[in-house]
Amino acid sequence: MILSFPACFHYFSCKIGDFGIIDSRTCMNKIVAKTYFSESVVKLVVDAPRIAKSRRAGHFVIVRTGEKGERIPLTIADADMDQGTITLVIQKVGVTSARLCSLEAGDFITDVVGPLGKPTHIGKVGTVLASGGGVGVAPLLPIVEAFKKAGNKLITVLAARTKELIILEDQMRRHSDEVIIMTDDGSYGKKGLVTQGMEEVIAREKIDLAVTVGPAIMMKYASLLTGKYNIPTVASLNTLMMDGTGMCGACRVTVDGKTQFVCVDGPEFDAHKVDFDEMLLRLDAYKSAETEAYEKYLESHIKA
Amino acid sequence: MEDRKAYLKKEREQEWRVELRGKMKNRERTELDRVVMSEQDPGVRNRNFTEVNRGLTAEQAITEASRCLDCVNPTCITGCPVEINIPKFIKKIEAGEFMEAAKVLKETNTLPAVCGRVCPQEVQCEQACFYTQKLKKPAVAIGYLERFAADYEQQSGKISVPEILSRKGRRVASIGSGPAGLAFAGDMAKMGYDVTVFEALHEIGGVLKYGIPEFRLPNKIVDVEIDILKKMGVKFVTNFVVGKTATMKDLKQEGFEAFLVGSGAGLPNFMHIPGENYIGIYSSNEYLTRVNLMHAADPDYDTPMISGKKVAVIGGGNTAMDSVRTSKRLGADRSMIIYRRSIEEMPARVEEIKHAREEGIEFLNLHNPVEYFADDRGRVNRMRVQKMELGAPDASGRRRPIPIEGSEYEIDVDMVVVSVGVSPNPLIPGSMKQLDVTKWGTIHVDPDTMQTSIPEMFAGGDIVRGGATVILAMGDGRKAATAMDHYLNGN
Repeated sequence: MILSFPACFHYFSCKIGDFGIIDSRTCMNKIVAKTYFSESVVKLVVDAPRIAKSRRAGHFVIVRTGEKGERIPLTIADADMDQGTITLVIQKVGVTSARLCSLEAGDFITDVVGPLGKPTHIGKVGTVLASGGGVGVAPLLPIVEAFKKAGNKLITVLAARTKELIILEDQMRRHSDEVIIMTDDGSYGKKGLVTQGMEEVIAREKIDLAVTVGPAIMMKYASLLTGKYNIPTVASLNTLMMDGTGMCGACRVTVDGKTQFVCVDGPEFDAHKVDFDEMLLRLDAYKSAETEAYEKYLESHIKA
Repeated sequence: MEDRKAYLKKEREQEWRVELRGKMKNRERTELDRVVMSEQDPGVRNRNFTEVNRGLTAEQAITEASRCLDCVNPTCITGCPVEINIPKFIKKIEAGEFMEAAKVLKETNTLPAVCGRVCPQEVQCEQACFYTQKLKKPAVAIGYLERFAADYEQQSGKISVPEILSRKGRRVASIGSGPAGLAFAGDMAKMGYDVTVFEALHEIGGVLKYGIPEFRLPNKIVDVEIDILKKMGVKFVTNFVVGKTATMKDLKQEGFEAFLVGSGAGLPNFMHIPGENYIGIYSSNEYLTRVNLMHAADPDYDTPMISGKKVAVIGGGNTAMDSVRTSKRLGADRSMIIYRRSIEEMPARVEEIKHAREEGIEFLNLHNPVEYFADDRGRVNRMRVQKMELGAPDASGRRRPIPIEGSEYEIDVDMVVVSVGVSPNPLIPGSMKQLDVTKWGTIHVDPDTMQTSIPEMFAGGDIVRGGATVILAMGDGRKAATAMDHYLNGN
């Protein structure tokens, strides 16, 4: 396991606001709790008091594990200002996510920076149809919570391949007026795709706003569906990123015919104007290299 | 200004300088040829990341230093954005007192080993040199000598830490750890302020780390200079985005009294032509950051990248040269510069263009990309370019490129780097509504003090200039430090 925290032990105490003692990457970023949602989906509660204090629904962080690690964006699923922690939900899909998932309580994430991006625009609009797929449900939670608090009616559709990949159901129920579960294999809730669950709701009542967070392909079809019914729709995009502050342009997408940077202009956009096909292609930019690296990682991991 | 002149004059009249001037006749001095920097062989260096320029030997440095006439009116100093006492440090080299020479550099320059490598001396100090101006001869190699003295000190293991005036116990911050922030931090620390430098990335150094490649500026050179700042008591906080992680207001409550914004020109420009978002088309910021900061070309590191065999770099600046030369080093068979004006109008340093040519870089001048094409997986595989001709001069004084109708043709490429400038990073201006910004998004400042519309906030470097050089950013940082000190003392 590659970890990097020795810098922290040069110091014996750390608290916010005392830059005389801390270096932000040292004493913070400690994992205080770890929960398995399933074999491949992990929830990490991370000590990051400043981020916990300043984050809003829709914000993300960039994390890096190990001095040779890459920088990846992760949307903040929850935060506890009193405890000074943020919650990240990670699905094992490649080397970096697998490495993150292998960290235990007490370990440190080398780098965590944020909160980044623009927060979700929350307002009272009436009835909000929220749809989340896979680990996209995690960043959807604070958005649902915020819209509920703003006085909206919330109908939430959660979708996954199979029962064990449905996450945060209880928390979603707490902030939603209704939760509909969809699984591809019918092992839980109704059998079918997220769009089928959504369409059922759209057919029965007036929806004022749709919010969708999940795999790009899911958001594309959710957006096509709501477009058919002229329902304003916001999608939170999960493009590749490096710095997360607008510097590199790796995250660029075409929205309404114009190039936008997800990290500073988003991550949320008018879903009907997003070129999802281009985004899907760009998400696969390093697929073969990533698959190869992941296989290598798994091999060395099993050997070790 | 008068004080400065009088000071320089007094320095010049010191016994050792008078004696040194008398050692050699001016005619003998001017008959010496300018030193030639030793370089790695082009056919070797275009496959490695070791520095191209190898530096001067002590003997070369002393001879070159003796070319300097130690003028009564040293115009070279006026050509330096950080006003290094150039004749003094050069004469220290001539006297063989290399450590002393380095000390002179550090009186006004926080990063001499960096500046000796990346400053465009040919348009600054060397441009203003008596040799260039009056003798019409090659200038004294001030840049090479600066590098020599700074490197000598770095390698001696006995690096001097600048003297700190009594500690004031007053806190100030730099937002950004690039050249503006580092120069500012150095000066403020010397004056006794408690300085914290906030950096958004996980590494300190800004563009010096993520942008400029190893073969032009090795990271370890930057780290040594940063270490000195740390020894001077400057604190560095990485992974911290001011305006996001904490607001300026939060930081004020925590005791920071004034700020320098040196957040850089963080937003890469694209040309907005069809196909520009295909896979394999990078901004120069992304390409260089992957290679330099994230070590993507090293298989031991996790960050992936596409290493093209047929590479086109769009643009004619130093960043374009850095990108194209990097691509060659990473194994490209064909690395091309595509630039819409002629080679004479390229903004890159002459030395960079020369090095690139020697390394086998192709120059497609008077060419402009118009469209990119991709395979069925969205990977760029061809581009269409159009030939240009030069018309009348435009606002920049350079001749305007005009497309030649019907001249388009296609080139096979598998990677493209777009290096057509940067726009100011919107994070800081976006987080402070009361901050006065220009229509280009740069922060508006008083040019004499670098003070913004928020009195306790100063700004410098690319966030003010929109895309300039390391040394201009450093000059801004120094100017802001002086002005901030005045401001904090109620002047």
